[in-house]
Amino acid sequence: MQASLSLSVSNPAAIPRSDHGFESSLPFPSKPVNLRFCGLRKEALGFSSTSSSSLSASRSNRNVAGSKKVWASLGGDNGSSSSAAKSFDYDLIIIGAGVGGHGAALHAVEKGLKTAIVEGDVVGGTCVNRGCVPSKALLAVSGRMRELQNEHHLKALGLQVSAAGYDRQGVADHANNLATKIRSNLTNSMKALGVDILTGFGAVLGPQKVKVGKDTVVTAKDIIIATGSVPFVPKGIEVDGKTVITSDHALKLESVPDWIAIVGSGYIGLEFSDVYTALGSEVTFVEALDQLMPGFDPEIGKLAQRVLINPRKIDYHTGVFATKITPAKDGKPVTIELIDAKTKEPKETLEVDAALIATGRAPFTNGLGLENINVATQRGFIPVDERMRVIDSNGDRVPHLFCIGDANGKMMLAHAASAQGISVVEQLTGRDHVLNHLSIPAACFTHPEISMVGLTEPQAREKAELEGFEVAVAKTSFKANTKALAENEGEGLAKLIYRPDNGEILGVHIFGLHAADLIHEASNAIALGTRIQDLKLAVHAHPTLSEVLDELFKSAKVNAHVGSPVAEPVAV
Amino acid sequence: MASASSSLLSKVPTSSANTISFSASLSPALPLFPSQFHLRRHRKTGNALRVQSKIREIFMPALSSTMTEGKIVSWIKSEGDLLSKGESVVVVESDKADMDVETFYDGILAAIVVPEGESAPVGAPIGLLAETEEEIAEAKAKAASAGGSSPAPAPAAAAAAPAVSPSPPATAASAPPPPPRPADGPRKTVATPSAKKLAKQHKVDISKVVGTGPFGRVTPGDIEAAAGIVSTKPNVAAPAVAAQSAPVAAPKVASAPSTPALPGSTVVPFTTMQSAVSKNMLESLSVPSFRVGYPITTDALDALYEKVKPKGVTMTALLAKAAAMALAQHPVVNASCKDGKSFTYNSNINIAVAVAINGGLITPVLQDADKLDLYLLSQKWRELVEKARAKQLQPNEYNSGTFTLSNLGMFGVDRFDAILPPGQGAIMAVGASKPTVIADKDGFFSVKNKMLVNVTADHRIVYGADLAAFLQTFSKIIENPESLTM
Repeated sequence: MQASLSLSVSNPAAIPRSDHGFESSLPFPSKPVNLRFCGLRKEALGFSSTSSSSLSASRSNRNVAGSKKVWASLGGDNGSSSSAAKSFDYDLIIIGAGVGGHGAALHAVEKGLKTAIVEGDVVGGTCVNRGCVPSKALLAVSGRMRELQNEHHLKALGLQVSAAGYDRQGVADHANNLATKIRSNLTNSMKALGVDILTGFGAVLGPQKVKVGKDTVVTAKDIIIATGSVPFVPKGIEVDGKTVITSDHALKLESVPDWIAIVGSGYIGLEFSDVYTALGSEVTFVEALDQLMPGFDPEIGKLAQRVLINPRKIDYHTGVFATKITPAKDGKPVTIELIDAKTKEPKETLEVDAALIATGRAPFTNGLGLENINVATQRGFIPVDERMRVIDSNGDRVPHLFCIGDANGKMMLAHAASAQGISVVEQLTGRDHVLNHLSIPAACFTHPEISMVGLTEPQAREKAELEGFEVAVAKTSFKANTKALAENEGEGLAKLIYRPDNGEILGVHIFGLHAADLIHEASNAIALGTRIQDLKLAVHAHPTLSEVLDELFKSAKVNAHVGSPVAEPVAV
Repeated sequence: MASASSSLLSKVPTSSANTISFSASLSPALPLFPSQFHLRRHRKTGNALRVQSKIREIFMPALSSTMTEGKIVSWIKSEGDLLSKGESVVVVESDKADMDVETFYDGILAAIVVPEGESAPVGAPIGLLAETEEEIAEAKAKAASAGGSSPAPAPAAAAAAPAVSPSPPATAASAPPPPPRPADGPRKTVATPSAKKLAKQHKVDISKVVGTGPFGRVTPGDIEAAAGIVSTKPNVAAPAVAAQSAPVAAPKVASAPSTPALPGSTVVPFTTMQSAVSKNMLESLSVPSFRVGYPITTDALDALYEKVKPKGVTMTALLAKAAAMALAQHPVVNASCKDGKSFTYNSNINIAVAVAINGGLITPVLQDADKLDLYLLSQKWRELVEKARAKQLQPNEYNSGTFTLSNLGMFGVDRFDAILPPGQGAIMAVGASKPTVIADKDGFFSVKNKMLVNVTADHRIVYGADLAAFLQTFSKIIENPESLTM
């Protein structure tokens, strides 16, 4: 944490930036806040502890709304940071304080931009309050339950445990406490850095102008929309929040039904099936496509199905739509009417105790005032170019307006939003940057985990066909990994899809113990353009799970003998 | 660090499926060795000089020595897919395990002859591989004509394999609950996912089960009741359960020769595992076998069992260990007679233990049971049972036994008679241990636990005195079981 000192010194922009730390609540965190999740960046936080301590003259200003005069005068005081700040309240306003907005804000501060973030609900957005974060708490519980219930596995390790049980409320509290804790960490980190948190719904009034709440108008040189998404509920489905629920409700874990149908078998559905079956529920998947887990590499999906679905108390209906779901009432169970996805003919009606709608997420862009700047959403998503610049209905760029995260629909992942936000800030501060979305990893936190980066094998083969190159696949098993065997968790597969001619990584897919943590070696390699022939020479500590990837890279057969070295070797 | 070559590693991928290459199914001598699949020349009649096209047949491979028929679990590739050498193409369920089958040729999967969920005899074509796109149509036509009549217009060389009459799609149509499809007709029986799985496992017809769950739904408990299973603990079966369920299939074995079907009865074709059992049982008829029984008091063994049970030792392990120790002293009982002309003394003592799993019968093998200590043996046994349950047993883990143990004691069976498995010299049938009034040599009465064991042996190599001596040693070990723990 204390490394932050050198950081601030090396960054000249830090000094002028400090002058708009005025509203930050003193005292600043002398205690380092340990914070890292969903792609949040630690160094930005560490940076705060030094820069903020120089702000003894700052004063606290919590009365954000209705204090425009104060902004203006202060803006005059501290305009030294950038000339544009003279005529605007802020250099950058971010609408939406989810993970994307947070990532953008921290980076903006680091780059010396005077930044405000607008939040109409709670800081942290979906990820922290209703998504990744609380679900990880539930999955942590389900993972342990699974271990404790697997008598055979325990005995193989020489452990003896009597019957495992759980207290539903205790589990729910754990998830809730985690969300609260992360939320306050997030809020503190922004406050500590001097990001203004403006409370109220944000809407774009016009170019470089944002309305916050009812009648506060704030101007900024640039605006980032980061309003995120909400659970998507297809029509015909009646959500009552008790027996027919979305992930928002499920994360509160108000009940553990005996039998729950999960509509949609993507990440969200899969993770919840892991939680519910560990807690004793039986699960029925309803999937519109012909196979479960669409979107995963088919081979990984198949293996995952053998491990995560077939041996558990789960059955499934594929190739069907749930056209009508009625909550339980008057002593009747939840009913789900299924039709064939292709012929549209009614197939059957399921009767279950509860239904979780996990059919994806819809962008939350209503009421953003997009009409004021002539932007038309596409299925709710805000159209953007590859640099996240918003495109209006005439196909022209809207100057000074960007949109990141779920609201633009490019890649609906918390850390993707954050990466997009950082990319935008890079552009705003004079460095052109285009984010390589193929380098963004994704993970599904089942037991064991699934992770991936880049293309799936069919995608890679299609691309190869189109562009005329060769594709090869290498695989390694967790069964050959010492650490995995020590944990008695040899089930798993890592798969590398690459170009044998030049050693470029096209995609990596992992299913196995801690797969979500293992993927980053591959995603970093893709992001930095590292070739397999160079990775083969990298050293991994033994015995670690990371050797699964080591083996994977080593088993790839690259024809190019020498890669184009990314960096010159340095003798020490 | 195991660091196998990539080609080897690439064979480990799918969890319960082992990878194996298309075997030359026509050479029964080496059924387990991957080799190229048979290249068949396709000649157009009337034009004998025409050069053959490059359409290759994908055969049902022989994945184990006992396999005569395989069921297609799933086609990994679909028609029109490009295949490259070494890629997995199809998952086949053999009598013991699911295995990925990979191709040894590049090409295009032109036609699938045997669809998912259906079975084909070993050696029968299950798909066609074309070398170029032009040949796809030709291959399809060929597939269509082959599909019409009975398939496998097999090459003359296909001596042994097609002897089992090719029983293609037609049989499978009326076959039992096919693949993992939640095929619920319009019928209004609601069963939970777990209940459905159990029903499939135990071959229970859900529509005939009265549901007692909420809204009248069929629960796992209802299925267990219908299948006559005493509800065990809900989660993953503990080893004890496995051992207990073990001999369920054994009576099935005994009643193998079935009577002609009565009117109104349902005919359910054998699964691959059942076919393998049936074949083995018939083979045993060619072996002149005889039986010797022996009473053994088990008070000391029972006491020992109580002592080591908390350490995870199972009765199966105790009996296997005792048998192995006795066999070490009587190698002839561990021998086998393969050709009717010679003894084959086995260098290892591998105890196969009959287990009923998922409605089938399998004999996981405790290798070198005489050398491993009780705890290792128990642990090994748990692993085997788990693997058997997951259909992951490797061939050498179920067919390398030199002596078999079958225990029906937990059902209260006091004595029974086992059938000798092919390739082994003897099998031991263990009955229940029961309190019995025993008069000792001084004429004093006492009540002791007594169990009857009955060994069936191949009289070509094992004679009465051999077996009697073996049993005497075995009973001494059981009655003084301290040596078991050493």
